[in-house]
Amino acid sequence: MIPSQSDASTTRRSVLNYLLGTSTVATLAAILYPVIRFMVPPRVVESSASSVVAAKVNEIKPNDGKIFKFGSKPGILVQTATGEYRAFSAICTHLDCTVQFRSDEKLIWCACHNGRYDLTGKNISGPPPRPLEEFKVNVRGDEIIVSRG
Amino acid sequence: MWHLMLFLLFGAAQDQPVAKAAASSCVQCHLELDGELQEPAKLSTQDIHFQRGLSCNNCHGGDPTVGIDKGSAEDSMSRAKGYIGRPDRKKIAALCASCHSNPDSMRRYNPQARVDQYAEYLTSVHGRKYRAGDTNVATCTDCHGAHGVRPVKNPNSPVYATNVAATCGCCHADAKKMASYGIPTNQMDLYVTSVHGVALIKNRDLAAPTCNSCHGNHGAAPPGVDSVANVCGQCHAMQWDMFKKSPHQKAFAEGNLPACVTCHEHHDIKKTSDDMLGTEQSTICATCHDKDSKGYAAAAAMKAGIVGLKRDLETAGELLHKAETAGMEVSRPIYDLTEGKDRLVLARVNVHYFDPVALRKVLDEGEKIARTSQQSGSKALGELAFRRKGLAVSVVILLVMIALLLLKIRQISRKAG
Amino acid sequence: MSARIPSWADWLEERLGWRAAQRLIEHKEVPQHRHSIWYYFGGMTLFLFAVQVCTGILLLLYYRPSAETAFESVQFIMTEVQFGWLVRSIHSWSANLMIAAAFVHMFSALFLRAFRRPRELTWVSGALLLFLSLAFGFSGYLLPWNKLAFFATKVGTDIAGVVPFIGPFLLRFLRGGDEVTGATLTRFFGFHVAILPATATILLATHLYLVQKHGMSVPPSVDPNKVPKVKFVPDFLLHDLVGWLAAVAILAALAALFPWELGEKADPFSPAPAGIRPEWYFVFMFQTLKYIPSKILGMDGEVLGILFFGLLGLLLVLTPFVSKERADKRWNVLPVVGVIVLVYILTLSALAYLRG
Repeated sequence: MIPSQSDASTTRRSVLNYLLGTSTVATLAAILYPVIRFMVPPRVVESSASSVVAAKVNEIKPNDGKIFKFGSKPGILVQTATGEYRAFSAICTHLDCTVQFRSDEKLIWCACHNGRYDLTGKNISGPPPRPLEEFKVNVRGDEIIVSRG
Repeated sequence: MWHLMLFLLFGAAQDQPVAKAAASSCVQCHLELDGELQEPAKLSTQDIHFQRGLSCNNCHGGDPTVGIDKGSAEDSMSRAKGYIGRPDRKKIAALCASCHSNPDSMRRYNPQARVDQYAEYLTSVHGRKYRAGDTNVATCTDCHGAHGVRPVKNPNSPVYATNVAATCGCCHADAKKMASYGIPTNQMDLYVTSVHGVALIKNRDLAAPTCNSCHGNHGAAPPGVDSVANVCGQCHAMQWDMFKKSPHQKAFAEGNLPACVTCHEHHDIKKTSDDMLGTEQSTICATCHDKDSKGYAAAAAMKAGIVGLKRDLETAGELLHKAETAGMEVSRPIYDLTEGKDRLVLARVNVHYFDPVALRKVLDEGEKIARTSQQSGSKALGELAFRRKGLAVSVVILLVMIALLLLKIRQISRKAG
Repeated sequence: MSARIPSWADWLEERLGWRAAQRLIEHKEVPQHRHSIWYYFGGMTLFLFAVQVCTGILLLLYYRPSAETAFESVQFIMTEVQFGWLVRSIHSWSANLMIAAAFVHMFSALFLRAFRRPRELTWVSGALLLFLSLAFGFSGYLLPWNKLAFFATKVGTDIAGVVPFIGPFLLRFLRGGDEVTGATLTRFFGFHVAILPATATILLATHLYLVQKHGMSVPPSVDPNKVPKVKFVPDFLLHDLVGWLAAVAILAALAALFPWELGEKADPFSPAPAGIRPEWYFVFMFQTLKYIPSKILGMDGEVLGILFFGLLGLLLVLTPFVSKERADKRWNVLPVVGVIVLVYILTLSALAYLRG
């Protein structure tokens, strides 16, 4: 049989249809892939700006403290001698240096100008004019959650 | 002299009739008068002595139980009953001390009150001149008030922390009063605009010092050249510690220059700035160090280091801010950058070692943090650009799809046509 | 003879009667003439609206509509959620493209006089849909709760408050109080995801039904009986698809090349940043209000300006009833007015961006 014009065009048409079908699938995949990934919950399920896991319960002993990251600012978590957890902003109210826990003096100390705060966050000595901002602390299982009040 | 004291001690504190403030005939009568004679009676309601059950007679003598219903004014203001009228100015300090230096009488009213004010006062410049007979100088009533004396903790008291400078300034800022003593009278004006004055008076930060913090209350005297730094060092402990280990300690002692005050002034202490450090004419270092001295080189090195760190931290901060407002996740680098800013603050404190090598260590820590933060910021912004390339892939797929569709359309229309 | 197993198509037909819709679509034809290109813009607006609904629903999975959490939730979407930045940027860009397409669609229908009898209600529903899309844009703009959006909303609702008689009520109704607060945010959220979509659905259903019922309108210069036509399915639809795919490609490119900024969280107590301006589709009105003198003939200039725009909006809705084309006249009022309005909008918008 002599190949006719219509045979060639039929072949062209089926090639075109095949390509069209494949690229349609590719386009749909390119659209659906981000949508599905979007809907799957991310690794961090909530914004860290309002609450974070500051530490695990066994990381801090009584009369000890730890600096943790709260959003983009530092926070300090302390456990008093009686076992109570308290958390504060670790930003010194004097000139914004990061405070630290002094286990020898059992209080919070700022290395920049020797400011001192007690374990209720109150400024007791040195230049800081105001107490540290206090956060809410809750224990969930073995995690210590700190959130803004 | 001590006879008078004994008399006052027993007479004033113990044997006089005690009458409630409201029932005191002195107050009742004097309220009916006007002007200068009425003022003390009006102020009595705010006076701590009256609130504790004392009355006019405890200082002025006399009998407050008579004079209204029974007896007359003369019976009340009777010399026989110890009435002394207006106390002699030269005797006021001893009069107050008759109770306030007596632990037994003070324990009745306020067991925690100190009883050494009079002893301190006698060592002060005011006290020494007072004892020598100068009635111009301050005594108890000039600062605490005579009538309407409020406790020091009361914000309306003239000796409450925020009011002290104005109280001292009543005399010390008055050129006429100070004319015979030959001391400056601009201290109050300098203080209220200083960083301590603004902190205390404007911002009500009670941790800030005022006149009595450095000069003392009752034992008021200027601190000596060799001891003024001890006063500053009470609060500014770290800087004082560093200074003592620095080459300036010996140099200042030899030149009889007071530490701290020489660079920072005493009354008009201004907020510190990086402009104080360096080699320009306006800097403090330049007032002593000549161009070829070691100190000059040290000042230049320290200034350059601090300014450099500040600039690098700012650049990193701007980059991160740009990434953050674009919507990139940079909370960790921003958090880490705060440590860099801590290093800058610490560096400025460490200037007091006056040792560029020691300062370098702190500056280098800060620079490292600034560099890492800058890298994080650039990386975040680079991620933004990377997404463009990622999207190119999808756009290519779409363009291919569009091209195929156009071909299909052409094919269909050819078939139809 | 064995019973034929019904195909799924027959199964559905028996239950839904869907073949009637299929026949309608198969019969739909689109006229081909010099101005046919403008036919694409209705479908384009619809497609972009569909993109908004889909991306909007996705954003709803993570967005939190309160002043304390809104900004952080958008930040979360952009930084933590996979492709969150893409969905959010597409939503913001597609909003602008949709409103642009709606304006083009409206002006084309205006100049081609598609509103003539019996298509008056199609026009009215369309004009209302245009206003609705502006309301969507205004309410959605506030939702990220950043500084720019906060102040743009403040200025916009301030202007609403200037309307005579109902102004103060309108201002409180929009803001949920006297000032722009978290209450405003929650209220705008309710408008944006519930009230406006419900209204839009009703109007859109009406609009699309009317378009199918009356078929495509042809310009006055074309004879509807003699004009060549193409089938909607598959010819015109494939062309539509090309346009839609091009739109998706453009959106993806915009999201990647000009990503939508997060900005800084709104702070009601900090001063307004310089150069505050509403979104581009309100800019011509905003710029006009800047130029109006404060008093015109003893009356407040701003009030007159707002009333003028209100009147223009009313005339737009009532266009089919107030414009009469006369074949004998050399020129007609409508195209002239239309061109003047279009030029005005473009000029004022350009001025705002060049001066601002």
